[in-house]
Amino acid sequence: MSITLVKRRVIPGFGLTIGFTLLYMGLVFLIPVGAFLLYTTTMSWEAFWSAVTQRQVVASYKLSFGGSLIAASINLVFGTLVAWVLVRYRFPGKRFVDALVDLPFALPTAVAGIALVTLYASTGWVGQYLDIFGIRVAYTQLGVVLALTYIGLPFVVRTVQPVLEDLETELEEASASLGADRLTTIRHVIFPALFPALLTGYALAFARALGEYGSVVFISGNLPFRTEITPLLIVAKAEQYDYHGAAAIGTVMLVAAFLMLLIINGLQWWASRRHG
Amino acid sequence: MHPPHSASPWQFSKLTAAILIGGAVLAGGLSTPVQAQSANVELLNVSYDPTREFYREYNDLFNTFWQAEHDQSVIVRQSHGGSGSQGRSIVDGIDADVATLALAYDIDALHDRADLIPADWQARLPNNSSPYTSAIVLLVRDGNPKNIQGWDDLVRDDVEVITPNPKTSGGARWNFLALWGYGLEKFDGDEEKTYDFVRQVYENVPVLDSGARGATNTFVQRRLGDVFIAWENEAILSLEQLGRGEFELVVPSLSILAEPPVTVVDANVDRKGTREVAETYLEHLYSDEAQHLAAKHYYRPSNPDILSQYSEDFPDVELFTVNDVFGGWREAQQRFFNDGGVFDDILEEINTQ
Amino acid sequence: MITPSTVIDTNDTIAKRWRRATEEPVWIRITLITIALTFLTLFLVLPLTVVLYGAFEHGIGVWYAAVSDPDALSAIRLTLLIVAIVVPLNTLFGVAAAWSIAKFEFRGKSILISLIDMPFAISPVVVGLIFVILFGSQGWLGPWLSSNDMRIIFAVPGIVIVIAFGTLPFIARELIPLMQQQGKEEEEASLTLGANGWKTFWYVTLPNIKWGLIYGIILCNARAMGEFGAVAVVSGRIRGETNTMPLHIEVLYNEYMFTAAFAVSSLLTGLALVTIAIKSAVEWNDERRQRIAAA
Repeated sequence: MSITLVKRRVIPGFGLTIGFTLLYMGLVFLIPVGAFLLYTTTMSWEAFWSAVTQRQVVASYKLSFGGSLIAASINLVFGTLVAWVLVRYRFPGKRFVDALVDLPFALPTAVAGIALVTLYASTGWVGQYLDIFGIRVAYTQLGVVLALTYIGLPFVVRTVQPVLEDLETELEEASASLGADRLTTIRHVIFPALFPALLTGYALAFARALGEYGSVVFISGNLPFRTEITPLLIVAKAEQYDYHGAAAIGTVMLVAAFLMLLIINGLQWWASRRHG
Repeated sequence: MHPPHSASPWQFSKLTAAILIGGAVLAGGLSTPVQAQSANVELLNVSYDPTREFYREYNDLFNTFWQAEHDQSVIVRQSHGGSGSQGRSIVDGIDADVATLALAYDIDALHDRADLIPADWQARLPNNSSPYTSAIVLLVRDGNPKNIQGWDDLVRDDVEVITPNPKTSGGARWNFLALWGYGLEKFDGDEEKTYDFVRQVYENVPVLDSGARGATNTFVQRRLGDVFIAWENEAILSLEQLGRGEFELVVPSLSILAEPPVTVVDANVDRKGTREVAETYLEHLYSDEAQHLAAKHYYRPSNPDILSQYSEDFPDVELFTVNDVFGGWREAQQRFFNDGGVFDDILEEINTQ
Repeated sequence: MITPSTVIDTNDTIAKRWRRATEEPVWIRITLITIALTFLTLFLVLPLTVVLYGAFEHGIGVWYAAVSDPDALSAIRLTLLIVAIVVPLNTLFGVAAAWSIAKFEFRGKSILISLIDMPFAISPVVVGLIFVILFGSQGWLGPWLSSNDMRIIFAVPGIVIVIAFGTLPFIARELIPLMQQQGKEEEEASLTLGANGWKTFWYVTLPNIKWGLIYGIILCNARAMGEFGAVAVVSGRIRGETNTMPLHIEVLYNEYMFTAAFAVSSLLTGLALVTIAIKSAVEWNDERRQRIAAA
């Protein structure tokens, strides 16, 4: 007992760092969020329930959650592919492409929204060709998914990439020398190693998409029941002085996001135990 | 990606120091505020979307006027956005000296929600405190390919209508009321038929932008929709400046007189000691030079003599007021636009068919 | 590259077999690269091109006029000021959080990590709403603030706090996995050899995490400059005063000044591209040094 205690205390600074961590988080974000939740509790349960289950609100959940789910799935597939290509293959302009992946982080969401709608509206560079096939992107649910995919893109790439880089090729070689074909190696060696990173990237892309506002408002039609995302509805409620309604819907979003992250962290912990 | 051990810590610390110092110098150097001279006075005008160009010029004009009498210059800061959200900002504490919003209800809220102004604010200045007015008109594409002549054509299946969301946009609420008022006239006051008529129009709306400016961009830049219900000033601006020869104005037989009102925010001007200049700022909107300026920006001057000088610019249209048909903005808002109101019913019906 | 070879060499065939086992055939590689590049072109290159094209469509003079407009300059100034406050604070936080999480075991760690992720997931709009409800004049602290003549929302402090909130996880997220992966043996060795905690951090930990840290700072900086939704709710959009660059871009867009809107956007984009380029160059340089050292 005393030995483990001593060993654990070799590294100093726990009190200082955890103290600062909690203080800063507390001031910037935990206390305000707590106060916000407290504010919601000043509503009666019936008022809260009716605010968060209005038909228009429920329709917006469907779009926000569904759209984020689709967007995160697209990012999971293509993000992993991009990470794989960037780590494993050589091709001209690779460094440029690698740097470019961060663009959705760097470009302000409002600019992204304006750029995307300029491209994909039926007058845009891409939209006019899609229009020939009768595909409308701007002002439809497809546009919402497009914007959400765009902003979530770096998350999967940037979480998978370092893990892939650190992955020892010896393992793959060993697997191959034991007679496994490439697909088997990918399934049994590479995939399990990537699994926690994939989950994290997916969760982050999903969570980020769920709350996105700036880029979506420009490209979605903002039509209640059809192309109205939940964050927009929150703004609309607040602008009609319905702070309680806005706070109630905001609370639902908060709780959903937090549950998501908690589940994913649990999964990651489980995965690292199983494969680590 | 993360090479261990290779770099000396000093290199790193120098880099950090350089970043931090650089940032601090930049911030410090650039953020030194330009101190307003004591001879200056500042006003904050919180306004709605389409008044940007007008107030930009009016502020210069007013500054010249005030300087001549007081030996003091006035710096007017502007904030623009959707009328509803701008009203919300004032209620939540933005330091506005004057509010110049799209409709009276958004200013009523300053009294109802926060007691910033007296209840009778609208009687303080002439013409319901509206120094300029506008009308709601229709804008169509060049050559009027869908042959839209008036409100009746908006319910046709082959017509797509662009109008912003009445929940957030002031202009959209005027649009809705114009439509409703026309329906009442057409169906001899039959509310049910009017409701159906308005509902059919909203069935043809593919996008509900949150503000008037967003809707203009949708129609003009993205070329979505066949007809755009708009403020007259926005419609003429689009005609004159955004796309010459690309659009045509269609004047409906009957429309609503849109009265965007102005007020001093009493609680703020009294605290800041700016009442005199703020009141003069608004009163001067009724001066001849300001009325001409309003006309130049396609607002109808409230001074009938000056309006008549611009009769060629403004189409002749029969106009009704919100007070005549709906009993004022408080009632219209309550009935049509609040949660559970007529507009919500219409949306719900459209989307659950 | 695998080249068909008729030379029968034991070493070579083994190497070939291994390579085949850890690499895909050429056609698969080319297909995958093509798919990835097409995807990135549609999502990244084209939007970037639209912004730059829009910015310079009418020539450099128009671009310069747009970015040197007084309102644009004041938006740039405000954005830089905010970044200069927010980024150092979040850096300190990120290092502290990563240190405590990576080097120590304690109860509730998983919850703490989830909590750090939270600001990612909270809608910017909700962030704005939270501070309006707290500090707005109808809010809980509003009356007290205004009686003491203090302003939080519709002023710089409010913008700073919502941006700090929104960008809080970036540096911590970058450092936590990195430091967890590196373990604590090196620090323990240093401490056993008699160095104190600060020295150990400065000479052992920091060089190890330096790239992750720089990368995190760059991301944090870029996000802080680009934050829109939350700032839109609390800024009040006072021209020349509380308009940050993204808000100014929206203002210009709504004034139908598209070229100017894209011009200011191009500044943010250009800045982001430059920082990303520097990061790549430094990394490349470092890799080369290592290769030389290894050879």
